[in-house]
Amino acid sequence: MEEKEISGSEAVIKSLIQENVDVLFGYVGGAIMPIYDALYDYQDKLKHVLTRHEQGAVHAAQGYARITGRIGVCFATSGPGATNLITGLADAQLDSTPLVCITGQVHSALLGSDAFQEQDIISISMPVTKWNFQVTKASEITLAIAKAFYIANSGRPGPVLIDITKDAQFELTEFHYEKCVKLRSYFPYPVVNNELITQAAELINHAEKPLILAGHGVLLSKAEKELFRFAEKAGLPVACTLLGLSAFPTEHELYTGMLGMHGNVGPNIKTNEADLLIAVGMRFDDRVTSDLRRYARQAKVIHIEIDKSEINKNVKADIAINGDACEVLNRLTETIEQKAHHTWLEEFKQCDKQEYDNVIRNQLYPEVESIRMGEVIRNISEKTNGEAVIVTDVGQHQMISARYYKFKSPNSFITSGGLGTMGFGLPASLGAKMGAPDKNVIAVIGDGGFQMTIQELGTFLQTKLPVKIVILNNNFLGMVRQWQEMFFNKRYSYTEMVNPDFVAISKGYSIMAKRVSKREELDHALNEMLEYKGTYVLEVKVEQEENVLPMVPAGESVSNIRMK
Amino acid sequence: MKETFTISIFTENAPGLLHRVTTVFTKRKLNIESITASESEIQGIHRYTIVVISTRVLAETVVNQLEKQVEILKAFLHTDKEIVYQEIALYKVPSESLMKEKGVEKIVRDHHARILTMEKEFVIIEKTGHKHETQELYERLEPYGILEFVRSGRVAITKPMKKLSEYLSEMETKYKS
Repeated sequence: MEEKEISGSEAVIKSLIQENVDVLFGYVGGAIMPIYDALYDYQDKLKHVLTRHEQGAVHAAQGYARITGRIGVCFATSGPGATNLITGLADAQLDSTPLVCITGQVHSALLGSDAFQEQDIISISMPVTKWNFQVTKASEITLAIAKAFYIANSGRPGPVLIDITKDAQFELTEFHYEKCVKLRSYFPYPVVNNELITQAAELINHAEKPLILAGHGVLLSKAEKELFRFAEKAGLPVACTLLGLSAFPTEHELYTGMLGMHGNVGPNIKTNEADLLIAVGMRFDDRVTSDLRRYARQAKVIHIEIDKSEINKNVKADIAINGDACEVLNRLTETIEQKAHHTWLEEFKQCDKQEYDNVIRNQLYPEVESIRMGEVIRNISEKTNGEAVIVTDVGQHQMISARYYKFKSPNSFITSGGLGTMGFGLPASLGAKMGAPDKNVIAVIGDGGFQMTIQELGTFLQTKLPVKIVILNNNFLGMVRQWQEMFFNKRYSYTEMVNPDFVAISKGYSIMAKRVSKREELDHALNEMLEYKGTYVLEVKVEQEENVLPMVPAGESVSNIRMK
Repeated sequence: MKETFTISIFTENAPGLLHRVTTVFTKRKLNIESITASESEIQGIHRYTIVVISTRVLAETVVNQLEKQVEILKAFLHTDKEIVYQEIALYKVPSESLMKEKGVEKIVRDHHARILTMEKEFVIIEKTGHKHETQELYERLEPYGILEFVRSGRVAITKPMKKLSEYLSEMETKYKS
């Protein structure tokens, strides 16, 4: 019997189902209408979330991918629909987030003619995708999608874009789906070199002042337990990068805090005193290292990294282990000796005390009249017992959330790190909640970033997802204002915001909302928010000109971390 | 210190790949001095030969980032000493200068160039060699009037005796699927 032919559009939908996709985010438009038409028949299998802007769709897909470790899927139309995805693709590329974005394209006969809503999205998205491909025939669809799913979530994950012309969506084709498991030009999984494991173990056994730098790679490889066992066996202090937060429990005695510009004093200063750095799944970003010429020159470096191109890119490794964090940590743990580093660890505790007295106490238990961001986060942390998923936007509130939330469960911090995308928080929290409906998802967002994707309140209205949204409102683009204060002579050039009534706006979307500006109201308001069954927006008016400290000023050595 | 590097890249033959390759250079603001692309000894695998003037550190980073691209099989970095390379140049000169003045014929012979075609109005001369050699011939022909001139990018073959297919089977042992 002859195989029944189906349309390219239906082949797209059936391919997604074959890849176990059950949720996707998108925005319909002319050039992707046939795919949406096919989707109409599969609503029971594929839940589509209509966002209010394509940027919202791609950030939501990122939030979903980050929380689940699965691929975030996103649909957009040609031209402006596709170009609106670019920021999210760039964000996903830098933060190693697996995405498959499918864009509609004009009819193949019109390609290159500047047709209505035509853009060369393949060229535009080239630098911000791990791989991309244009489909002009229906028969290419299954293979393209199979490759896309394989590439997006193997090795170091990243975003993939498939552009499908309208005629290919209409054209009939046979449907045979085969998952892709290998490409001859792509080597995502390095075989770990045994010799290097022995050498690394040797260095670890002899180190007096070792420090683990744990990055996003630990979470991506689901190696939290392996990291835990590794650190505990040799008594190795652990510091996390911003994206590595929650890879190690913050309350553990070996945990020393966050690295980088607004990280903790201990891990920053001790980076330049350690005799061995063990970097796991991180890429020595400039926000972590600051001035490379004055970064850990005294230390030997073991770099465990799945992406070969990150090795020796910024910091030269004495031992570079190209491999998956989970596997490498397991094998190292088997090989290293049991040890403890009490005196060394004690030095971190002294730094902690200094930092607490000079910075943290005034943040968590301020004696000023206005509410401070730190105390809001402390309250949320206590009330949720460190078990919520925190999604942030970008800026001061992001650093404060990173610093003061006491993460207990792995992979519970979702933030835009590498690209620093304002507007990420609100849609990403929506995607995260879709991916983890049982988790308590709390979005912490500044007044600036909130207004960059504020339209996604409409998506909350439609999906009724019970995310708790906390706006820390200081009526400033706070992080830039802080830099203006510290490095530009207090010349507040266009950082002051005249804001709308966020509560009224939320209510306009039928979303429960409240505003607090006094400390005595905070506790009650947070309780109410956390107990509420639906979406909730809590606007907290916070101190206007508060600075995030400590800080390693850009271009300085990490040793020169400032507490005032 | 900057020096001349030849980067050989072996890729799948996919549309848009040139763009993906050049993106890696653009990102680092590394100018491409010359570029040549064609099918390699293995059917379906294309070879790009790209010449850059760069520091070794930067060139190595670029090669690593090239290899990371999904459709690139392998990229190699070579100094001039590690390769044998050539460029081809074509010169179009007016026939009358060749007829009238005996000098041109001698120049062609001296430079081991050859005449590809002779038409009523023009002669096309071909010269293969390193850039300074094709440039030298250019300068010698200039007084006679050069109507058109073109020089190709570098093509290069490495001196080590390892075949691409051997590198590829080696990759199979270094990586798992």
